[in-house]
Amino acid sequence: MENQFPMKQWIDEEGNVVSEEFQENVTEDLVKQIYRQLVRIRTFDRKCISLQRQGRIGTYAPFEGQEGAQVGSAYALEDDDWMYPTYRDHGATMTFGHSLKNILAYWNGRNEACVPPEGRHIFPPAVPIATQLPHAAGTAFAEKRKGTKNAVICYFGDGATSEGDFHEGMNMASVLQAPVVYFNQNNNFAISVHISKQMRSKTIAQKALSYDMPSVRVDGNDVFAVYFETQKALDRARNGEGPSLIEAVTWRYGAHTTADDPTKYRDQKESDTRREKGDPILRVELYMKKQGLYDEAWVKQMKEEISKEIDQAVQEMEAMPEANPEDLFDYVFEKPTWTIEEQKKAYFASLERGGM
Amino acid sequence: MSTAVKTNTLTLVQAVTDGMRTMLREHDDVLVLGEDVGVNGGVFRATDGLQSEFGETRVMDTPLSEAGFTGAAIGMAVNGLRPVVEIQFLGFVYPAYEQIMTHASRIRARTMGHYSVPMVIRAPYGAGVRAPEIHSDSIEALFTHMPGIKVVCPSSPYDAKGLLVASIEDPDPVIFLEPMKSYRSSREEVPEDKYTVEIGKGKRVMEGDDVSIFAWGAMVPVAEKAAKEMAEQGVTCDVIDLRTLYPLDKDLIAESVQKTGRTVILHEAHRTGGVGCEIQSIINDTSFLYQKAPVEYVTGFDTPVPFFAYEDHYLPTSNRVVQAIQKVVNF
Ligand SMILES: Cc1ncc(C[n+]2csc(CCOP(=O)(O)OP(=O)(O)O)c2C)c(N)n1
Repeated sequence: MENQFPMKQWIDEEGNVVSEEFQENVTEDLVKQIYRQLVRIRTFDRKCISLQRQGRIGTYAPFEGQEGAQVGSAYALEDDDWMYPTYRDHGATMTFGHSLKNILAYWNGRNEACVPPEGRHIFPPAVPIATQLPHAAGTAFAEKRKGTKNAVICYFGDGATSEGDFHEGMNMASVLQAPVVYFNQNNNFAISVHISKQMRSKTIAQKALSYDMPSVRVDGNDVFAVYFETQKALDRARNGEGPSLIEAVTWRYGAHTTADDPTKYRDQKESDTRREKGDPILRVELYMKKQGLYDEAWVKQMKEEISKEIDQAVQEMEAMPEANPEDLFDYVFEKPTWTIEEQKKAYFASLERGGM
Repeated sequence: MSTAVKTNTLTLVQAVTDGMRTMLREHDDVLVLGEDVGVNGGVFRATDGLQSEFGETRVMDTPLSEAGFTGAAIGMAVNGLRPVVEIQFLGFVYPAYEQIMTHASRIRARTMGHYSVPMVIRAPYGAGVRAPEIHSDSIEALFTHMPGIKVVCPSSPYDAKGLLVASIEDPDPVIFLEPMKSYRSSREEVPEDKYTVEIGKGKRVMEGDDVSIFAWGAMVPVAEKAAKEMAEQGVTCDVIDLRTLYPLDKDLIAESVQKTGRTVILHEAHRTGGVGCEIQSIINDTSFLYQKAPVEYVTGFDTPVPFFAYEDHYLPTSNRVVQAIQKVVNF
C-alpha cells in the first residue's frame, strides 16, 4: 500500500530541487515570503513556551518541527476560504492572518481568543479530537451551494484518524462532493501512542480510498511540496471536483503540550536527529543558499521585525483588561434566557455582598 | 480502622491507582484500557506502573477512539471480562456517550438479565486547574439521567480506593468521576489491602444542627470551609458528601434535613436539571414539613464551563456558600 502513496518532495533534506514540477512557480518573492513565515511561526512558538514557563500563559501546545506543513498548507489558501484548525495549528492560523494577540489570549484562557480577525473565516481550534471534520464538510457544501469558488481546509493529527468523526466527516464530504481539503499532519504520535499502535494501515493517505477521494502523501517538512500539493487539492475543490486528503508526514520536536513529558514514551535522541536532518526551516535555508537567495542582512532585519511584532502582541495581550465575568453569561444565547439572567443577577449581587 | 491494618499515605489519584492495582492482582479478568494509560501511565499518572506490572494485554493503550474502546469494553464485559475504561477527561466522553446510553445502560434490561455489563468508566472531571477548554466539564447529570448506570464520585483518597474496588466488583456499569482538583490536594491513610466503600451511601463529613449542606467531589472541601466559617458565628452545619450520585442516599438526605430543617445544595455542574434538583425532589418527598426555609443552591451557571480566565467566577466559592447559609438561616 505504501508504494501506491509515494512521498512527494520538491526539495530534499540538503536543499536540492528533486522535482521538475512547479519549477516556474517558485519565484524569489515566494521563497522569501514562505521562509519569513516559517521563521515567524517558530519564533512565536518558542516565545509561547517561554511565556508558559514564566506563568504568563497557561498550558500550551507547541508545534516546532511542523512549520513546513502548517505554512505550506495555509499559504495556499485564498482570503475567502475557510480554516478549521486544531489546538496545534496556530502556525497555520497565523499564516492565514489570525491575530497574534488573540492566539496568545487563547492560551491565556480568554474568550476573545476564538474571535477571528475581520474578513477571515477561521474557526476556533478543535479541542476534542476529530470533531471538526464533519463541520468542514458542511461548511464546504454551503459554499458549493452558494456557488462560490471558496474552499475549506481542515487540519487534524494522526490520532484523529481513529475517531468516528474522521470517517463520518470524510464520507459526508465525499457524498456531498464538498470543496474541502482534509489536511493531516502525521507527526507519528498521539500524545504517547505511536502510530503503529494507532492503526495497522501503513499510510493515512490510503484511508481516502474507501471514500473514493483523491489523496496524496507529502513530505510535511518540505514546505514547497506541501504548498503545491495543497494548491492542487484546493484547485480541484474550486473546480467542483470534490474533497481530497493530504497526509503531510512530519515530526514534533517537543512535548505534546507543556503539561506533558515526552521522555516517558519517546527517545529524545530521535527528535534531535530529525532536527539536524530534515528540519523544515533549515531545508529552505540550504535551498536559498544554493540558489543564491540567502541574504544575511535581509534575514537579520526580518528576524528583528518578527521579534518586535511578537513582543508587541505579548504586550497587547498582557494589557488586556481583566476577564469580565459578564462575558460568561452574555453570549450563551442571542437573548439570555431567564435562567441565565437570574443567575447573572444573583452572581453579581453576591459579588457585591462580599467578593467571589 | 484497626491499628493492625497496613496503610499508605496516598493522594486521591494514587488511591485510584492502588484500587486498580488491587483488582488487577485479585482478578485475572480485570483489565484497564484507554488512551495513554500504558507506557505513559495516563496523563494524570492514574495508571502509572500498571502496564509494567501487568503487561500490555491487561493494561492497554487503545487507538484514540472513545466510541471504539468503550464499545469494545461493553463487548468484553458481556463476555466475562471486567474492563476499567479511562476517559482522558470527562469532556471527551461525548463520542462514547452513544455506546454508554444506548448499550451499556440497557443490555441487562433488554435481555432480561441474560447479559450484563460489569464495566467501570473512570474519568477526571471538573474545573479549577486552569486546563484548556472542554477539559473541565462537569456533566454528572448526563449520567444520572441515564437508566441502568450507577454514578460514583469520591472526594477523598480512602473513599476513592474503596469505591473504585466496589465499582469494579459491581455487576453493572459504573461511571466513576474523579475530581481533578482533588487529585493531589490532600493525602490520607489508605489500607494496602482490598476493602470496599458501599455504592449508594453518602458520608457525613461535618456534624451540625442548623443547616444541611450537600456536596460531592471537589465541592466537599468548599462546603467544609464555609461550614467552619459559619461555626465561628455559632451556626453549625451538617456537611454531607454524597459520594454516589445515582442512586442517591435518600435516607441520609432525609435524616439530615429532618434534623436541621434548612438546606444548601452545592455543585459545580450547571444548575438546570442538575443533580441538585434531584436532591430537592427527595427532600420534598421525605421531609417537606420539616423545612424552615426554601432550599438554596450554589452551583455553576447554565453557561459552558468557561475558559480558565473566567474559571474563578464560574466555580462556587465558600463565600457564596456562606451567603447561601446565611440566607436559609435568616429566612
Ligand atoms: C475526543 C478526545 N479524546 C481525547 C482527547 C485528549 N487528547 C488531546 S490531544 C490527543 C492526541 C491527539 O493526537 P493527534 O490527533 O495525532 O494530534 P497531535 O496532538 O499529535 O497534533 C489526545 C488523546 C481529546 N482532546 N479529545
